[in-house]
This record gives sequence, structure tokens and C-alpha cells, in this order.
Amino acid sequence: MISAKGLDLTFQTGDGPVHALSNVDLEIGKGEFVSFIGPSGCGKTTFLRVIADLEQPTGGAITVNGMSPQEARRRRAYGYVFQAAALYPWRTIEKNVALPLEIMGISAAEQRERVKRTLDLVNLTGFGKKFPWQLSGGMQQRASIARALAFDADLLLMDEPFGALDEIVRDHLNEQLLELWARTNKTICFVTHSIPEAVYLSTKIVVMSPRPGRVTDVINSTLPKERPLDIRESTEFLAIAHRVREGLRAGQSYED
Amino acid sequence: MTDRLRDKIIPVTVILAAIVVAWYVGSYAMNAPFQRDLDRRAGVTSTTWEFVVKTMSQPKPTLPAPHQVAVNFVENTFFRKVTSNRSLVYHAAVTLSSTVLGFAFGTVLGILIAVGIVHVVTLDRSLMPWIITSQTIPILALAPMIIVVLAAVGITGLIPKALISTYLSFFPVAVGMVKGLRSPEIMHLDLMHTYNASAGQVFWKLRVPASVPFLFASMKVAVAASLVGAIVGELPTGAVAGIGSKLLSGSYYSQTIDMFAALVAGSIVAILLVSLVGLAGRITERVMGARPA
Amino acid sequence: MNPIALLPWQSVAALLAAIVALAGLPILPDGMAPASTALVFLLVLTGALVPLLRLPTATESFVLFAAAHGPVYLLLSGITGHEGQAGLAFFALVAASWLIAWRLVTVLSLARPTSRPMGTLLRLVVPTLFGVWLLLLWEAIVRGAGIPFILLPPPSLIGVRIANSLPILAADVQQTIFKSVFAGYFMGCAAGFSVAILADRFVFLRRGLMPIGNMVSALPIIGVAPIMVMWFGFDWPSKAAVVVIMTFFPMLVNTVAGLTAAGSMERDLMRTYAAGYWQTLWKLRLPAAAPFIFNALKINSTLALIGAIVAEFFGTPVVGMGFRISTEVGRMNVDMVWAEIAVAALAGSIFYGVLALIERAVTFWHPSVRGG
Repeated sequence: MISAKGLDLTFQTGDGPVHALSNVDLEIGKGEFVSFIGPSGCGKTTFLRVIADLEQPTGGAITVNGMSPQEARRRRAYGYVFQAAALYPWRTIEKNVALPLEIMGISAAEQRERVKRTLDLVNLTGFGKKFPWQLSGGMQQRASIARALAFDADLLLMDEPFGALDEIVRDHLNEQLLELWARTNKTICFVTHSIPEAVYLSTKIVVMSPRPGRVTDVINSTLPKERPLDIRESTEFLAIAHRVREGLRAGQSYED
Repeated sequence: MTDRLRDKIIPVTVILAAIVVAWYVGSYAMNAPFQRDLDRRAGVTSTTWEFVVKTMSQPKPTLPAPHQVAVNFVENTFFRKVTSNRSLVYHAAVTLSSTVLGFAFGTVLGILIAVGIVHVVTLDRSLMPWIITSQTIPILALAPMIIVVLAAVGITGLIPKALISTYLSFFPVAVGMVKGLRSPEIMHLDLMHTYNASAGQVFWKLRVPASVPFLFASMKVAVAASLVGAIVGELPTGAVAGIGSKLLSGSYYSQTIDMFAALVAGSIVAILLVSLVGLAGRITERVMGARPA
Repeated sequence: MNPIALLPWQSVAALLAAIVALAGLPILPDGMAPASTALVFLLVLTGALVPLLRLPTATESFVLFAAAHGPVYLLLSGITGHEGQAGLAFFALVAASWLIAWRLVTVLSLARPTSRPMGTLLRLVVPTLFGVWLLLLWEAIVRGAGIPFILLPPPSLIGVRIANSLPILAADVQQTIFKSVFAGYFMGCAAGFSVAILADRFVFLRRGLMPIGNMVSALPIIGVAPIMVMWFGFDWPSKAAVVVIMTFFPMLVNTVAGLTAAGSMERDLMRTYAAGYWQTLWKLRLPAAAPFIFNALKINSTLALIGAIVAEFFGTPVVGMGFRISTEVGRMNVDMVWAEIAVAALAGSIFYGVLALIERAVTFWHPSVRGG
């Protein structure tokens, strides 16, 4: 689904060049749930933005669905969920979900049908006529996920979507997200800085480290696809979490 | 409601009452010397109270008492035919018409310029610094020349005054709209980018709705500036009608009561205009789903 | 590929204008030597076609600069003395050189400066070019179309007028700015500030004054000018009084708003130190209010100039910028009016610029200053 080879990205800033990504190799298969984890500045968000054609790499090659990221964006191959809900405050929830459909020129009848279906999918049935400020933070973020799902792209890119929410809400949304992933069979790339969240959600965990941003470990999860919340107390879960922590520490060791 | 009464209505009423009292004291103090002079020449001696009353009923006082202004204002607003030269409604309407015309021109012009600045890098780099600088310039000083020069080529009446209002009102609108059209967060713009939205779609679906609060805020400033422009535009040619001309003729003949009444009329027009724009803004924003304040 | 398709639209339009000019020759019935006519065409063609060469930005900018300003210089010196005789070719060529200048500004706007001073230079050059071309086009249109100078003098004549009337202008500035504006500005701002502190101290006063202050900002206060002239006479005190009234309320409203700008956490910190009102005011709330206060000072600088100039329309001794404007308009000496306006604009910009510099020095910590 996504294939990166020797990917480099260097930002030119006032204080000299910043190597956000350095020689990143990664293969992501269809239907996988991949988490990117690492301290801030490790390039995990940058990598997601490269996939989304929001940043241009300065070296190496990347394909999304066998196409260049730009081509993939033109074909609307992915939905993107930002750190904040980024709902347009002047649109109701259903109008927000319909926004990508309007832009893609989908008929009004089909828009209505899809908005209803995706709002049901994220358990927001009946909230379509509300404005964003009338919803809680967790509900807003669910609405933004619905917006990313509305046009049926196979790939979902999520940039720390639950980072601003409290832990109780976050647990709940993680559970719902897994359920949604199982039902829709999408490929999900998920950026996070929470180890439990990464281990709980993913089939594959990509551990990254900063300066220069690079991949230090790729862990294939051995957890079953069915994951109740209490799986997080299992020894298997803790073992994977331990390996992630080790990977993060290794990445930091030769930093100072 | 009791909160509103305590936090706003009572304090404002008390302060306004204090201002009225101070005004009465001021008008006694400022009119007394002249009245004393008059009395001495006429050889009249009056009790203190009679004297106070007299200071507040001079035909051409230095500072007219509030009730004199109020009586003049009510008389000339409600008890004159609106076609009469003495009717404040008539003068206010003359000023209002050029204000509104100029404000409409200015708003449209300001929006167009802002759209250009936001979309054309060249205009942003070259025109924007001048628009910002021009806000620091006393442009109102141009008013007399515009009136006189346009009169020399045969354009008089409404249009020259409206032109002054136009250029006074287009600056705030242009600056506010540039800010507004640029107000969408990067995340909102990135979102549009991931949808591969065209520039037109980004403009209509994101930039325009995001700029609405900025538009109305700058329109409030602009409409007040328009009114000032129209009033000042009525000064230099000895225009025969309008609040500005009323002020000017009042100052020729020292009719202070008339001048104060004209000022009151101008202020009421200003408050009406700004409130109307504010109301339109609130309604629009409410329709667009803004959280009620 | 068709070379025309490789050209930016400004160049194509400039070429079209040059062709129109060829059809409309001569540029002027007399007054332009064939050699300069040829030179004008040569430069315009160079400027229009230079984008084809794909030169480095700096070189291309120099060529465009010469190709835009050379022709307009020749054309303007040709038309001087032959006002109103310009035909189609003149205007087409002015338009062509303007389009080349536009191309130059576009190239400079898109240029990526290699160093910080270069970036600053570019940020200054681009708007300067725009301003210069505004004046050039004004000059070309007024002289070319033969608009009577009495209605709209060309910028060159205004410049001459400024140079010839420096003593008068200096006296007017002295009267209007150094007496009326400064006196009124300082009194008005100080009064607004003091009342704001009072209003901050007494909640009742603040609640009563703020709605009134906000409303007053919408009123045409300038209308008090004739009354002030009656009260305080023709000389500068009446103008200063107008300025005081105009500057009082913006200062009051902004300062009160600014005094609430300090965060509650910072204020709680001062409470934990058992700091008194004045300590909190001086160490926390006034610094936090500084951006608001400077905003008022800047707004007031413009208002003060407007107030003083307009008040002079109602009567002055025979000196002052507003007096000069209204009397010279009456005598149809429009060039003197423009000279006075240019001086007012310059004074306004300097006044504002000085305040902005002080603001940067005082509120260096504020994000809007740090961000550049």
C-alpha cells in the first residue's frame, strides 16, 4: 500500500538545516494498522505529511497505492485526521462531513446518504444538525474521523488524533477505532506518543527517533485482532510495550 | 437580568447622570460672566435662583444647558416638516445618503482589493505596505480639495461627499478583509489540500466564511469613518445641507444650541449606523452557527 | 513550442502595447527625436522578451529595471512642454513600460532572498517601486492627456512647489503639529490613561464608563471642532482641545482593556506574594497592558493630526496646515494643497513610525514583536 525507500526530508530554517527524515525505509501492507511512535521532532508527523503530499521529500522515493503522493492526493486516495478536529465552525456536523463530498462534486442525494452512514459509523447518529461548539472534544474528533471516512478512501492517515483528549475519552475512542477498522478493513497510519495506545491499536509499530528523524525499530504485533481493553494487562502486551520502550531509549542514547 | 442591571444599566445610568449634572454646572459657570455683564448693564438685580435660570436660557450661550439642546433637537426633529431647511431630519438624511453611498462603494472596493492582495503575491508585496502606511496619514485633509476640484469640473452634490466617504471606509475594510481571508488555520488549509480542492473552492468554502466576523468588525469602523467623511465633506464649500453645513453655519452665527443639536443628530445617526451593521453581523454569524455570546 | 507561450502575461501584454504604439506613431507630433523613439521601442522590446533568456534573477531584474524606467523617462521628458498632445502611441508605450515594471515587481516578489539584509531590501524595494510607478503614471496621464494643472498638478510640479515653499510649510508644521497636535496629544493621552487607572480601581466607574467609551468611538467627535474654536479662540489651544477630546476615549478604552490582559495565573502569583494594588499594577498589569496602550497611542497619532487639521478649517491665525489647505483650495492653488498633504502624510508616517519603534523597544517580549 505504502512503500518508502531511502526517504529524506530536510527543512531549511533560519538556524540551519533540520533533518526531519533521514533514510527512511518502510513497507506498509493493505489492511494494516500502523502506529508511528517517538519523541517530538522524530519526524513521525512529517512522514505522515509526506504520504499526504503536504510535504515534499528532498530525497528518496515513496509510493502510495503504487502512485506518487501527489497523484494519490489528486485521486483522493486517503482521508486525513488532524491533531485537532479542525471542523469548520460555521458548518453543522453533517455539513462538515459533507465538505469533502461537495468538493469532489458528489450529488446531493448521495451526500446525504453517505453523511448519514459515516455518522452512524462513528456513533454520532442524531448529532448532524449540531454545530461543532455544541459537541464535546471527543465527539468533535469523532466527527472529524467521519469526515475522513465519508469519501471511502482505503487509507486513513491519523496525526495524534486523540492527543488533546483526556485518557478516559481516549480509551473509549481507541476501542471504537479498532471496531471501525475491523468493520471497514481500511489501512490506517496512526501517529501517537503514547506507548499503550500504539501497542493496543497496531498490527505494526514503527519506533522513530529524532535528529535526524529515522526509524529505529519496526515491531510486528503478535496480539490477536480481537482486543478488549483489558488485553493491556496481558504479559504479551507488556512485552511488546517493553520492546517499544527499549527502541525509544536506544534512539535517545546517542543523542547528547 | 439582575446581573445586567447591576453590571451595566445602573453604572451607565449613574455615569450619564453625572455627566448631565456636570454639564449643567459647566453651563452655569461658562454663561455666568456674560449674564452678570448683561445684568449690570441693564441694572437688574436678581436672586440667585433667577440668575441661574437666566444663565440657562440665553439665546446664544457659550455652553447651552442640556435641556436647551434637547428642546432644540426635539423641535427641529419632530415638529418641522422634513423638507424644511431647519429640520434636522432633512440635514441628517442628506448626510446619511452620501454616507451610505460612500460606505457601500468603500466596502465593495475594500473587499475587492483584499481579494487581490490575498491571491496575487505581487499585490501583497507592493500594495499592502502602502495600505498600512496610508492608515497613518490624515487623509481627511484631502476632503476640501476633492470637493473643490470636482466642483470645478461640474461634479457637485452627493458624489464628491460619497467619494470622501468611500476612501475613508475602504481602508479599514481592505485591512480587515486581508486579515479575515488569511485567518483560516494551517490545519484547515491542509485539509482542503488533502481533498485536492481548487483555489476557488478554498476561497468560497473556507476563506470567505472564515472572514465574515472580520468583515463585520471592519465594516463597523468603516461606517463610522464614512459618516465623518461625509460631515467633513460638507464643510469646505459652504454646502447648503447636511449636518456638516449645519455645524458650519452655526459657527458663523454663534448659534451654539443649533450646533449642539446638530452634533446630537450626527451622533444618533452614527449610533444607528454602527448598531445596524453590528446587528447584521450578529444575525449573519448566528445563522452561520457562531456560539451565542 | 511557441515562444510567446513561454512569456509571462505582462510581457505578452507589453508586446501587444508596443504593436499598438507602432500603429499609432508618432509618439508626439513634435518633441521626440527619432533616435529616442527608436530607443524607447528597443528598450520595451528588450524588457518584454528578456524572460525568454531565463537569466538569473538578479540580472533579469536589472534588465527589466532599465527596460521599464528608460522608456518612461524618455517619454516623460518628451511630453514635458507638449502637454495634451500625446496620442495613442504615448499611452501604449507608457502602459508597456508599466507592464514591464509589473513584471519586475513580480520577479522580485517571487525571489527567494539568500540573506536577511537582502530580504529586508526586497521588502522595501517592491513597495517603493509600486509607489514610484503610481507617481509616474500620474505624471504621464496628467501631462499626456493635458489635464489642467489647476485641477490635478503632476507630482513633479508638487515637488517643485514643496521645494519652493519650505519656509511656509515649516511654519505650518510648527503651528499645527508642534503646538496643536503635540499639546493635545499629550494631554488627551495622559487624561485617558489616568481615568483608565481610576476606572480600574473602581469597578463601578469602569462598568459605567466602558459602554460609553465604546460608543463614543463611533461618534463623529470631530464635530466639536467649531465649538472648541468658539470657546478657546482661533489659535492653537482650540485645536489642542479638539485633539484632547478625540484622543481621550481611545486611550481610555484600550488601557482599561489592556489592564485586564494579564492572565489570572500571573495575578494569583502576585497575590501569593501579598503584593499590593500598585505593586501588581506596576510589575504585572501595566507591562501586560503595554501592547494595548501602544495601540491607542498609534491610533491617536492619526486622530490627533486629523483633529488639528480639520479644526483649522473652522478658523485659525494665518498659519497652519488646515488653514493653508482651506485657503489655497479657495484660491485654486491646488499644487500648494498637495504639497501640504504630502507634508501631512510624511509627518503622520514619522509620528507613527517613532511610536512603533518605541513600542518594539518596550514590548520586545510580545509575540507580535518577536515574530518579526
